[in-house]
Amino acid sequence: MRRFAAFVAPTLTALLFSVSASAVEISLSCGAVGAELTHCQAGADAWAKATGHTVKIVSTPNSATERLALYQQILASGSSDIDVFQIDVIWPGILVNYMIDLTPYAKQETLQHFVSIVANNTVNNKLVAMPWFTDAGLLYYRKDLLEKYGTKVPTTWADLASVAEKIQAGERKAGNDKMWGFVFQGKAYEGLTCNALEWVDSFGGGTFMDDAGKITVNNPHAIEALKTVAGWVGSITPEGVLGYAEEEARGIWQSGNAVFMRNWPYAWALGQAADSPIKNKIGVAALPKGGANGKYSGALGGWQLSVSKFSKNQAVAADLVMYLTSDAEQKRRALVGGYNPTRPALYQDKEILAANPFFDSLYETFTNAAARPAKATGAKYNRVSNEIWNATHAVLSKKETAEKAVPALEAALVRAMR
Amino acid sequence: MAGLSRRKARAAWIFLAPMLITLAAIAGWPLLRTFWFSLTDASMADLSAWKFIGFDNYLMKDQYGWGGLLVDPDWWRAVYNTLVFTILSVTLETIFGLLVALVLHQRFFGRSFIRAAILVPWAIPTIVSAKIWAWMLHDQFGILNSMMLSLGLITQPIAWAASPDTALAAIVLVDVWKTTPFMALLCLAALQMLPTDCYEAARLDGIPAWRLFFKVTLPLIRPALMVAVIFRALDALRVFDVIYVLTSNTRDTMSMSVFARQHLVEFQSVGYGSAASTALFMVIALLTALYLTLGRVKLAADPN
Repeated sequence: MRRFAAFVAPTLTALLFSVSASAVEISLSCGAVGAELTHCQAGADAWAKATGHTVKIVSTPNSATERLALYQQILASGSSDIDVFQIDVIWPGILVNYMIDLTPYAKQETLQHFVSIVANNTVNNKLVAMPWFTDAGLLYYRKDLLEKYGTKVPTTWADLASVAEKIQAGERKAGNDKMWGFVFQGKAYEGLTCNALEWVDSFGGGTFMDDAGKITVNNPHAIEALKTVAGWVGSITPEGVLGYAEEEARGIWQSGNAVFMRNWPYAWALGQAADSPIKNKIGVAALPKGGANGKYSGALGGWQLSVSKFSKNQAVAADLVMYLTSDAEQKRRALVGGYNPTRPALYQDKEILAANPFFDSLYETFTNAAARPAKATGAKYNRVSNEIWNATHAVLSKKETAEKAVPALEAALVRAMR
Repeated sequence: MAGLSRRKARAAWIFLAPMLITLAAIAGWPLLRTFWFSLTDASMADLSAWKFIGFDNYLMKDQYGWGGLLVDPDWWRAVYNTLVFTILSVTLETIFGLLVALVLHQRFFGRSFIRAAILVPWAIPTIVSAKIWAWMLHDQFGILNSMMLSLGLITQPIAWAASPDTALAAIVLVDVWKTTPFMALLCLAALQMLPTDCYEAARLDGIPAWRLFFKVTLPLIRPALMVAVIFRALDALRVFDVIYVLTSNTRDTMSMSVFARQHLVEFQSVGYGSAASTALFMVIALLTALYLTLGRVKLAADPN
């Protein structure tokens, strides 16, 4: 009953708006990674039908780095072309000046979402964005192959490397010469920063920078982590990984050419799609620990919705945001697309758990998830992240040793933050 | 007579005025604005709030030591990458372009069709051709690796665009593929202007073809070739799209334009990014001036 009320309330408000204001067109930017655009369109259409307004969807680049660059150019020119922006969990500090305060529209709604995400989206007491879906890095594995070779799901990176090596060699001998052990996001962009954060954090090396902005990266665990990963490239991981973002890694994985993949939750629903060659052969687990003393980690990701201060229909746009982040819409997206709700209550929902059996274990991943140092860096986050991915890329491509790259990264971060 | 030529000169200025005004508005003004921004600490987060900081974006000293563009190793790396790219790609394009032009200069059946067909790579937008090449160079699904594997040239697929060892070579390859037709076109135009009498004389004297080429053809088309090289070099020094689409966004392959864009847009530092853009402008202006002086190239013959 409560859920029903939660669904009806925003719809009713929307109806009221449509009566008081004439129908307008709201343009909404959403991502197009995997099947995102379809799910985004469906949600927006439902709102449009209920309110009489129309929604124009603007699709944006897959790479988060490029997407932010596009947003910044649109916003810096004061353009009102896009009313509602889908923004990354690390951007509220960067875009704070361009977005309206959603507090008056959200009212008590924020209490229904994960406290940490709402806090992340609040800059200087301004609610920059509403949480839409959350993400954490996950380990995807081929259930069928692990069974065939009689191994369990690895719990440490060393385990993963040896299992991957064994299966890769076995499968290649059996005729699949395209088989690889492990694929991840190794291209020099934001995704590599997430991967690097997971490796370093899982080895107990922290998150590059603590909450107070103190740079913590220069430690033996971080060096060990990067050294380990560099050893995979060319052996269990194709060298091309140095150019892979999310979709390139999924391309290898979903065509059945990888044993393990690191990716976000969206890859689950696509891997289980009717035309997927690996349907019903997939398992999902937390990313491995650095070693016996390491910890399970996963980079905290996720996307929010915010309203541009240049929007000519801010109230209507905010209403669309409230609809899309509502209980009912988040449940629908979890069912059809495997998107993780930002509302803890939905993790107890039986239907959602039936469609996404791994959500249960994910709940723990979210509590262990490592946040990128966006809060401490504020508007300088991009510069910091750029240093992190460049240093990591140099180690993975063996242009630099981890022993040299990590202290150099520390110095670069000090420079970037001055 | 003097009155007439002055009237002609005035008419020339009147006809040129709209073009000059447009040029000042769309090229001059943004350029001046960029120069100005490079002396400020403007940020894209709020373009109206800027402070004049003099030459601090270029060189300054604070408690951490020296800073600014002139001591930024990333900037010098970008300058180095751009120069290497320019020298390699323009040299290869000039050689291949000249070879193609010499072939197309001969009479053979279907020559006009081939001349048109060869322009296709140049007509495709760089973004599109770079993406096509990105797929052809892909380490797992790319046709290049597949062909080389089946021919036994390599045993492992090579990550052409992703690995820093081969990324620059891949960029040069794509650029050469794309721009050789342009060079060929300019060379061909020069070849067709050549007087035929000295070739007939050479044929009568029995001079070998290679000697004819180096002693007659090359010196005669040199002025046109020098201008073509300038056109290409100016283009190559501004290179952005092929690098941005084809390779990972690292320092290993970053050009000056990619560097400037990164600071302007991704880091929101309009001030620092403008300083990089200004420096890029200076580098290009300087190299062009050097080339024109050392090569004694006359861009236009002055009748007076």
